[in-house]
Amino acid sequence: METERIRLVFSGSGGQGVITAAIILAKAAVIFEGKNATQSQSYGAAARGGATRSDVLISEQDILFPKVIQPNILISLTQESYNKFAPILRPGGLLLMDNRYVTMEKKVAANHVALPMFDTVMKEIGKPIVFNICMLGTLIGLTELVKPESILKVLETTIPRDFMDMNKKALELGMELGASEA
Amino acid sequence: MTNTSNIRFIQGNEACVEGALYAGINFFAGYPITPSTEIAEHLAQRLPAIGGKFIQMEDEIASMAAIIGASLTGSKVMTATSGPGFSLKQEALGYACMAEIPCVIANVQRGGPSTGNPTHVSQGDVNQARWGTHGDHSIVALTASNHQDVFKMTVEAFNIAETYRTPVVLLFDEVIGHMREKLEIPERGELPVVDRLRTSVPKGVDYHPYLPREDGRLPMSDFGAEHRYNVTGLFHDMWGFPNNDPQVVSDLLRHLVDKIENNWENICFYKEHWLDDADYVLISYGSSARSAKHIARNRRKRGMKIGVLELQTIWPFPTEIVREKCANAKAVMVVEMNMGQVVTQVKSAVDHPEKVFLANRIDGQLISPTDIKTTLRMIQGKGV
Repeated sequence: METERIRLVFSGSGGQGVITAAIILAKAAVIFEGKNATQSQSYGAAARGGATRSDVLISEQDILFPKVIQPNILISLTQESYNKFAPILRPGGLLLMDNRYVTMEKKVAANHVALPMFDTVMKEIGKPIVFNICMLGTLIGLTELVKPESILKVLETTIPRDFMDMNKKALELGMELGASEA
Repeated sequence: MTNTSNIRFIQGNEACVEGALYAGINFFAGYPITPSTEIAEHLAQRLPAIGGKFIQMEDEIASMAAIIGASLTGSKVMTATSGPGFSLKQEALGYACMAEIPCVIANVQRGGPSTGNPTHVSQGDVNQARWGTHGDHSIVALTASNHQDVFKMTVEAFNIAETYRTPVVLLFDEVIGHMREKLEIPERGELPVVDRLRTSVPKGVDYHPYLPREDGRLPMSDFGAEHRYNVTGLFHDMWGFPNNDPQVVSDLLRHLVDKIENNWENICFYKEHWLDDADYVLISYGSSARSAKHIARNRRKRGMKIGVLELQTIWPFPTEIVREKCANAKAVMVVEMNMGQVVTQVKSAVDHPEKVFLANRIDGQLISPTDIKTTLRMIQGKGV
């Protein structure tokens, strides 16, 4: 994968925590790994109920244009967001989907990874709130974009202590899922 | 090893808040509006913690009036808004120009006119910042393309407001306001902070609020404290009392304009990127400058002599700087997200206005490097 300027699009529907996950990843890269990153998201009518989207760029260089036109990593947690954004994925890129929510329709020239992230979270933890952290774990298990410790450090500064174990477990579950496909 | 405790990963609006706090803000009044609301939201949290005041007013002009009053009593003040709210503030903004009250107004631009395109980017308020309020006056408007510069320009805005006793407009835009990226908060003392210049005239002795010192600056006295004096939007004498004597009127108007225009060299901030041998000069500001720098960096790798002049001060317009930096250019292209507001200034600044072109986008989307490349090919006669 091109490491110079990694372009990610996180997509799903409002409430799944895709935007939060995007912020956590970018924050981990900037604060704990000394990289540059930007995060932006769609605002307005599209963010309510429809497909939400957050763009993240990670690079060793200065990031100038902060929007993603052709992602090399696309994460889709709903069928609608998959349908909408799969066509913009760069050929040869990585498409990470949740296999409970997304059924692949037309195969694009990309590395497709469909994993039971939601089902694993529900079975092992039983709380859908950490679905996004499991997805983040899967993503870094697959790509090693940032170290898991960096994600944990961000979580420690942003979530209440009582929820830390649950988030840590979700991250680990995701990493196992991701590593099995890497 | 960098000290990570000074590093933030935050929105541009929050970077503005950090800059304002560094500069010593202790009073904010505002009325929420997308895409500026995070400025109010974060100051509502932060100001009470340092003994400052946050007031959500009933509307935008009341917010503007509130910061003017608070500034007179000795506070460092700011309000934040977007286009529709900026329109509503204009009457009181003119009052601040006339009464010479230091204040900072952040306008995080969205699409207009009217309520327009609330959640999308635009740079359509450039001329409104200059001439939104009526009558001859001068104004300062600063902008920035990344969070480090948002912080720095916010500090400068407070410094300029205090130094010249003037309203200063921070013209940010939706992309910069909402995007998250790194901000490294400077240590205390790293950036200069200008404090309020207060009069040395003791209590009980006549204080002339509008009698400049020899260096032209007007020391202030906290309103309601030691001295009684008048403040008005009418032309006024050195005591602050209304006066329409022709000499008083003409002297005051010249003073209001000259105090800014004669100091343009201290107020005009800019950055240059690869300009030394540039045949093609891109001029841009705010978020569109990111795209201009992006395409210039890419084209440089392919041997094209292209550079970027990034404006950080828009008003007073840096005419001399633009003329000098464009003197050897084959073509100059202004990259902005409006129908051509800065390009008009650039055309009147340069020796060859026929070589000045506009690359713009006005649909609420950030102008992309590809958009700029397309316009560049057109002016080079290469087609698209």
